[in-house]
Amino acid sequence: MRNFLHFIIKNHVGFLFVFFELIAFILIITFNQNQRAIYLSSSSRFSGGLYESVSNIEEYFVLKKINKELASENAFLRSQLPTSFLQSKDYFTLIGDTNTTTQYKYRTCRVINNTIRKHFNYITLSKGFKDGVKPDMGIISNRGVIGIVIKCTENFSTALSVLNPRLKVSAKLKDTDFFGSVSWDNKSIHHVILDEIPEHANVQLGDQVVTSGYSSTFPEGILIGTVENVEHPVGESFFKIKVKLSVDFSKLNFVEIVENIFQDQQLKLEEETIK
Amino acid sequence: MIRLIPRYIFNFFFFVLLQVLILNKIEFSGFINPYLYVLFVLTLPFETPGWFLLVLAGVLGLSIDMFSNTPGMHMAATLLLAYIRPYILLRIAPRDGYEPGTLPTPSFYGFPWFFKYAVILVLIHHFLYFIIEAFSFTHIIEILARTVFSTVFTLVIMGVTLLFNYQKRKRI
Repeated sequence: MRNFLHFIIKNHVGFLFVFFELIAFILIITFNQNQRAIYLSSSSRFSGGLYESVSNIEEYFVLKKINKELASENAFLRSQLPTSFLQSKDYFTLIGDTNTTTQYKYRTCRVINNTIRKHFNYITLSKGFKDGVKPDMGIISNRGVIGIVIKCTENFSTALSVLNPRLKVSAKLKDTDFFGSVSWDNKSIHHVILDEIPEHANVQLGDQVVTSGYSSTFPEGILIGTVENVEHPVGESFFKIKVKLSVDFSKLNFVEIVENIFQDQQLKLEEETIK
Repeated sequence: MIRLIPRYIFNFFFFVLLQVLILNKIEFSGFINPYLYVLFVLTLPFETPGWFLLVLAGVLGLSIDMFSNTPGMHMAATLLLAYIRPYILLRIAPRDGYEPGTLPTPSFYGFPWFFKYAVILVLIHHFLYFIIEAFSFTHIIEILARTVFSTVFTLVIMGVTLLFNYQKRKRI
């Protein structure tokens, strides 16, 4: 005991250092969303297998399970919404029962890797071909639009996040139906730019910006964000609108992949028309 | 030694405010983030006991963290810096050792010596900080690049800062 105490006193600086570092790392993991997310789900980096065995002993196991169940229930409920069914305002078919054709299918899935600080940001998702995910499907969460799937492997897929200048989302102002396209200008992870809104449109600060439904990827009316600042560049007939994103990209966890069953049909038709 | 205390208290607040209010706003091309506040730990007297060095470094890092909203990150990096400092000082000591009553600044030991001293410690500090910021080794090249560029930038600013109170002193 005496020797032990002696040992501690002799190396008190080292012990103090380790003790302080421990405190620092506990602080890092509890208060920094990014590091916390990586700490909790450093999955795809090392391989799915290791992650699974580690996650079994994780404290948050129960919470995670509940979360998962809620998310899949969400996806199920969303596929029951009227917007998931083929919308036809054609009066011929209105007489018949049009609501039986599902147009949008939702799959819940986890974000396992996500960048926000780069010029081109990508998201990695925990589902791939095996679960029916294909490129060009949209990704949304309960708070709004997240991105579009671009590549898939058997078990994973990568996606363009909205925070990527390569992605343009067709969007409109919720109340007025003027439409334009949303893209990221690389400046802040909380804002995107809505372009191509004509100057005669009546835009109010705080207006909701939602998906237009023209792009065949997203259903109509999924929230993107709210208007924060309207600019009218000199010599142009379009507004440049700064939109505050409704999704906090630094805190992505569970998302839903949207499949438009009629996407191929629509794209093919549109392509043929242009020819 | 006692007469130095007010100066170090002033230094502490000066570096924290400078870092938080001005230097944190510089994010040139996403690569260059100078962290000048480490100069406070670098210039503490030779005789500072190890535990006190750690306490000061911890408090300094934590106060930077509180303002830049990164709890623990600067603290962890600065603690390592403070822990390693005595060993580095021992390693690069001049032939006849450090004289009592002097401080580890260019005024006493010259710019070449201080440069050697600062490069090692600042590199270690920045490297740990950027690793913690990324929290993975997947982007190791990017981390190294950020470390090197930021170290250069930090050292340049450090040199300018030190020039302000540089006076050639005869070692007693």
